[in-house]
Amino acid sequence: MIRHYLEFEKPLKELEARYEELKALSMDGREDFSSEIEKLEKKINKLKQEIFTNLTPWQKTLLARHIDRPHTLDFINMIFKNFVELHGDRNFRDDPAIIGGFASLDGKTVMVIGHQKGKDPKDMNAHNFGMSHPEGYRKALRLMSLAERFKKPIITMIDTPGAFPGVGAEERGQAEAIAKNLRVMSILKVPIIVIIIGEGGSGGALALGVGDRILMLENAIYSVISPEGCAAILWKDGSKGKLAAEALKLTASDLFELNIIDQIVKEPLGGAHRDPETTANNLKESILSHLNEITQLPTQLLIEKRYEKFRKMGVFTEG
Amino acid sequence: MSWFRKEEPPLIPKLKEKERPDLWVRCKNCQEIIYRLEIERNLDVCPKCNYHFQIPAEKRLSLIVDEGTFEEIDKNLSSVDILKFKDTKKYSDRIKDAQKKIGKKDAFVSGKARIGGYPVFIGIFEFKFMGGSLGSVVGEKVTRLVENSMENKTPLLIFTASGGARMQEGVFSLMQMAKTSAAIARLKNMGVPYITVLTDPTTGGVSASFAMLGDIILAEPKAMIGFAGPRVIKETIKAELPPGFQRAEYLLEHGMIDRIVPRQEMKKTLILLLDLLSH
Ligand SMILES: [Zn+2]
Repeated sequence: MIRHYLEFEKPLKELEARYEELKALSMDGREDFSSEIEKLEKKINKLKQEIFTNLTPWQKTLLARHIDRPHTLDFINMIFKNFVELHGDRNFRDDPAIIGGFASLDGKTVMVIGHQKGKDPKDMNAHNFGMSHPEGYRKALRLMSLAERFKKPIITMIDTPGAFPGVGAEERGQAEAIAKNLRVMSILKVPIIVIIIGEGGSGGALALGVGDRILMLENAIYSVISPEGCAAILWKDGSKGKLAAEALKLTASDLFELNIIDQIVKEPLGGAHRDPETTANNLKESILSHLNEITQLPTQLLIEKRYEKFRKMGVFTEG
Repeated sequence: MSWFRKEEPPLIPKLKEKERPDLWVRCKNCQEIIYRLEIERNLDVCPKCNYHFQIPAEKRLSLIVDEGTFEEIDKNLSSVDILKFKDTKKYSDRIKDAQKKIGKKDAFVSGKARIGGYPVFIGIFEFKFMGGSLGSVVGEKVTRLVENSMENKTPLLIFTASGGARMQEGVFSLMQMAKTSAAIARLKNMGVPYITVLTDPTTGGVSASFAMLGDIILAEPKAMIGFAGPRVIKETIKAELPPGFQRAEYLLEHGMIDRIVPRQEMKKTLILLLDLLSH
């Protein structure tokens, strides 16, 4: 199940492999490994406790980017039914770095939109590692306007290293595309729930990030710049990412304390990639409870509250 | 005319520019070494290549607003080091040092004024203050300016010059993009005109929020405008960038801005636009 191990996860590798092996062997029922499996389970859990409680911001950064971590499409498949992907910005092309479409959530139709990273090198390449061009933001905005017209709530999932730094992206106005999303999302007449599921990198993340509720998976990160990018500029040394990750306060717990996000969604011990289903269930529960609250608000109040939410972000003195 | 001759520069700069930066300046664009007075007489525009040098907010005001009409607002907002951010230097020290050096509390000056008799709310970036970076103070001042403009149904004018987000404020810096853009959304709903003037450089979080949201977007000649920095792009695509990439002329050609306006014609152009919009 777990295919790739980060450096700090490696002590688990052998134990988890043995565990999988015994599980498979006991499937055919010829031998009983239950006591050994139980012992292994305890050992694994103890080790997981040691490794995964008190993760550093840098370790969380690596977890947020873990290649086996469930991505937008995985969550869509686990949480929603009848997802119909809709393509294109009606202007230039379809950007596979952002996907979206109608889906049903416990029988109610919603618009779900998110960055898609891809799960193996080929797939990652096809989705440009979740780094959108302007077309991606414009497609997202088209779909959001569609949702508004048909009065469907919007759920966005953020998982991107950032906007794609390329010639075409600049040529076609990525600054304008991001800015327009921020402007329009702030006044859309339907509820918007934003979820940072993995990596929330800079303006490319924020372009799907204006909403009524901002949720964040426990090991996700959200930052104005990648730790490496920050280190390259401020420390003049891109390898100082660890230090920058500490300084930027980019973890879910930091951002909850700073009143930027509304809820931390729990991941199973060992991270979302060890148990995507449980993660998806937790997420679904959160989405439903927040949606239930905000769909009851009259539209005008909803928009007013959304404005206030962002209006009060910022810290300064006056006098 | 002997008084005039005295100001004429000697034909060849005798000293290296670094030794007499009070007299000689190297143009960032064409690399020519030019007599400082000659540039200053030319509204801080390079006489050789027409590059528009960055100018302090005060100077910009004097070129744009009617004399004696500017009243500054929100002057006392000051940044707070909420994250206790320290890279090679503490953010709190960076703020203090910048405030001392520039004589301003932060990177944005705002207020009300008249231009050709037309009342406006006007905001100008002070690029020298931490690269005009967008932190909580700049975001709050921009938002209040937008709100003032809405309440008084008075046109809004913003001159941008910024390297982007203020990293030392982490996600608070990022959220200023959402906050200011949300304010602009309301302004647009009310039909109050909003004009942005992009000056060198306008990049990152400022370009991807209120800078590119102007009803009318003007730019100074050769201004660097974009989202990602050219170095990052070059490293990512591993190829040379096209000539003139991310300059005002390039953006005009690609349909991203309305007009390029030289500094000496900026005030005239703004008055004309305000006039057209009010009749
Ligand atoms: Zn020059």
